[in-house]
Amino acid sequence: MTTLSVKQLNLFVKSLIEGDVRLNNVYVTGEISNFKNHYQSGHFYFTLKDNDAQIRCVMFRAYACRVPFIVCDGLKVVLRGRVSLYEKDGQYQFYAEEMHEQGLGDISLQFQQIKEKLEKEGLFLEENKRPIPAFPKRIAIITSDTGAAVQDILNITARRYPLCEIMLCPVAVQGENAVPSMLDALERVYSLSGCDIIIIGRGGGSIEDLWAFNSEALARKIYESPIPVISAVGHETDFTICDFVADLRAPTPSAAAELAVPDCAELLSKLNKYDTILKNGLLLKYNARKAKFDALVEKSILSQPLNITEARNEAVDRLFEKMLIAYKNIVTREKSRFISEVSKLDVLSPLKVLSRGYSIAEVNGKTVKSVNDINTGDEFKLRLSDGLVNCTADSKE
Amino acid sequence: MENNFENKLNELEKIVAKLENSEISLDEAIVLFEDGVRLSGDCRKILENAERKIKTLTECEGENND
Repeated sequence: MTTLSVKQLNLFVKSLIEGDVRLNNVYVTGEISNFKNHYQSGHFYFTLKDNDAQIRCVMFRAYACRVPFIVCDGLKVVLRGRVSLYEKDGQYQFYAEEMHEQGLGDISLQFQQIKEKLEKEGLFLEENKRPIPAFPKRIAIITSDTGAAVQDILNITARRYPLCEIMLCPVAVQGENAVPSMLDALERVYSLSGCDIIIIGRGGGSIEDLWAFNSEALARKIYESPIPVISAVGHETDFTICDFVADLRAPTPSAAAELAVPDCAELLSKLNKYDTILKNGLLLKYNARKAKFDALVEKSILSQPLNITEARNEAVDRLFEKMLIAYKNIVTREKSRFISEVSKLDVLSPLKVLSRGYSIAEVNGKTVKSVNDINTGDEFKLRLSDGLVNCTADSKE
Repeated sequence: MENNFENKLNELEKIVAKLENSEISLDEAIVLFEDGVRLSGDCRKILENAERKIKTLTECEGENND
């Protein structure tokens, strides 16, 4: 048996392929994925696929520059070209020379159909989306434990917000097992209590690699979630059903980590700022109130509160004095009136006249006022101031 | 009318005005004077209470400041 080198083997297979005239000029139809337009060489590198199979394709610049439309993933095309083998990596591939558009491919069509269906059911409605808690205590991460995505999320959450506990749920993110394992992980997280946020996702990849995240079952499961879900699938340009149904779409897994947790350093500087504002504000308020209070206290009524009563005391005293004077005046006035009456009485008293040397003649107790009141020879009494004298009338004149 | 200090003082003022009127009789004057003495006594009592209260309050404040 002859032993061949790898190169000999590859070159032999290559010669067999190239020797088949049918493979030298062949039409093949499929959907473009993993499309790369090499910016230096201008060659197209991509994979042509249908539901069951795929083949690597190259389209050199000389042919690529003649393609009259923009080539992108998901585009369904018909290629004309030849089949050969690239001996350096033993990869058999299609060397395309012409490309014709056939409209959107099956995969993209399927994506559109699922999207429209779920959209119609209201699974993507903004009003159903829950806000992401500002300060999560525990975050569940559903992704592959071997990818870069999980490391990015762990690093960023630990740096920004070490207070948060991370619960890692390793799952398959591509292949047959991806959807069942993600459904299972979600179910487990739902049944646990204490998770505030779920981050579900994976790093970048081809449209086929991300396909599990377009699963209708996964979308429905996410829609049922009792906990806010952040979707973090692939790169910024990749959109999956998972992104639409989640409460928040993060462009990348790293961005998901940043959206999920606050930055402690930022929080601290904010707190410090608030602290200063509060202190200054309080001081200002205090000073203003203090000045107002001091001014009020300075006022005489508070510093000398007895002023309140002093003026009134004085008023009462003054009124009392006035009243006393007025009353005394009345009493004095009445007294002097009394005295003057009494003295009038005194003036009219006959005794007063007698005291001046006058006397009164009386006959039988009656005052003699006229000579006719008495006859010659009558006896009469003469009243003096200090007694009576018995007299006889001798004659009349 | 309320039986407060201001009303009592007003009453007293009216009595004084009446007493200062020379037309008044002695009998009336005696009744008014009695009323006036009672009113001025009431007023003084109210003022004394007020002063005592003011002193108590200002002393309390002093203690709190210590």
